[in-house]
Amino acid sequence: MAVVVLGIGNILLSDEGVGVRVVEQLEAKYDLPPEVEVIDGGTCGMEMLDQLEGLDALIVVDCVRHGQPPGTPILIQGDDVPVFFRTKLSPHQVSLSDVLASLEFEGRAPKYTAIVGIQPASMDTGLELTPTVEAWLPELLAMTVAELRGQGVRVEEKA
Amino acid sequence: MSKRVTIDPVTRIEGHLRVDVEVDGGRVKKAWASGQMWRGVENILVGRDPRDAWAITQRICGVCTTVHAITSVRAVENALQLEVPVNAQYIRNMIMLAHAVHDHIVHFYHLSALDWVDVVSALKADPAKAASLAESLSSWNNNSKAEFIKVQEKLKGFVGTGQLGIFTNGYWGHPAMKLTPEVNLLAAVHYLQALEVQRYANKIVAILGSKSPHIQNLAVGGVANPLSLDSQSVLTIERLLAVKEWIEKLDDFVKNVYLVDVAAIGAFYADWTKHGRGITDYLCVPDVPLDSKGTQFALPGGYIPNGDIAGYKPIKTFGDKYFIDGVSEAVKHSWYEYSGGDDKSLHPYQGETRPKYTDFQDNGKYSWLKSPTFYGKPMQVGPLARVLNMYAAGHEPTKKYATAALDLVSGIAKTKVGIDALHSTIGRHAARAVGCCVQMDELKNQWDLLLANMAKGDLKTFNKPVFPKGEQMGVGFHEAPRGVLSHWVVIDSGKIKNYQCVVPTTWNAAPRNEKDAPGAYEACLLDNPVADPEKPLEVLRTVHSFDPCLACAVHVVDKEDNPVVTVKAV
Repeated sequence: MAVVVLGIGNILLSDEGVGVRVVEQLEAKYDLPPEVEVIDGGTCGMEMLDQLEGLDALIVVDCVRHGQPPGTPILIQGDDVPVFFRTKLSPHQVSLSDVLASLEFEGRAPKYTAIVGIQPASMDTGLELTPTVEAWLPELLAMTVAELRGQGVRVEEKA
Repeated sequence: MSKRVTIDPVTRIEGHLRVDVEVDGGRVKKAWASGQMWRGVENILVGRDPRDAWAITQRICGVCTTVHAITSVRAVENALQLEVPVNAQYIRNMIMLAHAVHDHIVHFYHLSALDWVDVVSALKADPAKAASLAESLSSWNNNSKAEFIKVQEKLKGFVGTGQLGIFTNGYWGHPAMKLTPEVNLLAAVHYLQALEVQRYANKIVAILGSKSPHIQNLAVGGVANPLSLDSQSVLTIERLLAVKEWIEKLDDFVKNVYLVDVAAIGAFYADWTKHGRGITDYLCVPDVPLDSKGTQFALPGGYIPNGDIAGYKPIKTFGDKYFIDGVSEAVKHSWYEYSGGDDKSLHPYQGETRPKYTDFQDNGKYSWLKSPTFYGKPMQVGPLARVLNMYAAGHEPTKKYATAALDLVSGIAKTKVGIDALHSTIGRHAARAVGCCVQMDELKNQWDLLLANMAKGDLKTFNKPVFPKGEQMGVGFHEAPRGVLSHWVVIDSGKIKNYQCVVPTTWNAAPRNEKDAPGAYEACLLDNPVADPEKPLEVLRTVHSFDPCLACAVHVVDKEDNPVVTVKAV
């Protein structure tokens, strides 16, 4: 069993970095078994190909613009993920969606993918999240943990 | 009647680079390059500890994390006049060379080859003919007919499902696509092999940098890698031998596949040596320091005026006065204002980052990028600037690989192609491949130097920085994959007072400067052919030849699907 929890986003742009903040908390607050790798992916792309291949499950935490009020969380699972990414694919830039497309082409895509996300309130320059999104951190963390447990991973809160 | 074509984003990540061109009679008559995202990261750094700046600046960009990190520690070291142990130089050099090789391979095969290669056409190829063509060009051991058949079958399966995945949105069947089905198949095979090979470069960065994708091992004054000949938890001989093995694999691919493919594709697109010349003032900085002070370098740097190699002027050391005094930035056409007036061009030590957004004004402000100049002139930076400067400096490996590449092109094109052909859209790809071969040689050399120094018993990797009272100023520069990167820091009693990053894409994608002179992208696009304004493939070819990276900012998943290209009559 190989599972990756990947936080992505730019921590210099307030809510853009929410994915990274969630995985930081996941590592700080929970004991995770060795088959789970937590990656702070920042805004990287192809550099992660190696770490994301042949996974049983990939859980991405990111800031997602989905047309709802700021601070609205969203969970996209399984078959909805490729549909979600399809419109954004292009041969001209490499980012997470291209990494996943490359893995798919090679037959090494994750067996299951989920995206835990939230609508940003601000993407202004700054290392802090907005209070709107900050307030949702516990919920996003809980959603991430629920996804892990849904995959049969034993996740325990640290004593 | 002329048409206005807007491509936004040119790069995939939301809202970074927008390019507008006016096309008349099938040619670009006017061009604007616009950065669509405000960084302002510099403002976050003010008041912070200079020892933390590298960890923050490596978050500026998702593609070039390591380059900002390295440049930042160099800036602070320059301000403190702090020497760096040679072991730390070697380790940093290997990280940045491996990163550069990774960047170049990925850029050519995965970010730009599809501007030239028609994947759908590869389905019609005769795999036996394609394989024998590949074998005639190179001794690479993975060019067998069986491999070509395997890849073609895979492509057929993929295209058959109607989902092109990573190949979606290419301009398949565009009249500017000129390769035969066999060459298209050859390129597709190597596209997939490059996906495999690029991992080795990443593994090197991850082992030496302690973590990937964000390295953890840097420190102002050296690196945090303890070196040991035996201990398990540090950079051991065993790990270094693994690094050596990955270097050899990369070397084989870069020299026997990448360089050959670029030469072959370049020969078939020989007409593109006539497009994209633009700015021929070339700037590059020396890199791969070999001593603790940064006075000797493996790779030379300098300035070439008007494309004339004989006019080469060297940049010799870290903190070189000729470089420092030459750089300034203007905001007349950028969404900023200067307290002393927007007709000024300010030196980075006096740099200001005060946003002033207007809408997109063709003759006014239209970009979040500032407009940097070197002694008042816009520059072209990047692989072509690097290779020409190293060539002008008499750097033997550069001359060797440049000659090899041009001979290969001449042989395939059956006409003599000289170094002047490099001042072009396709020439930038060739220069990148030539530079990559040079970087491979130097990566091997740095490994040897590190091992030899460790064998002498020198395991030192860090000199502790001391921050005196009062003000210090320093510049760190680095010849990054996309060209000259410089960080400028002003420190006051141990805290950052001002910080400015002048990044390669700012040089190349700059808007017009205070004298209304265009930036490199804008100049290179003029007179570029455009067969179909609705499908401006040729514009993308020229812009992509620079390896545009305005990924220096944001990465947000967007559920909305907006059109990338819009065309309207003007």
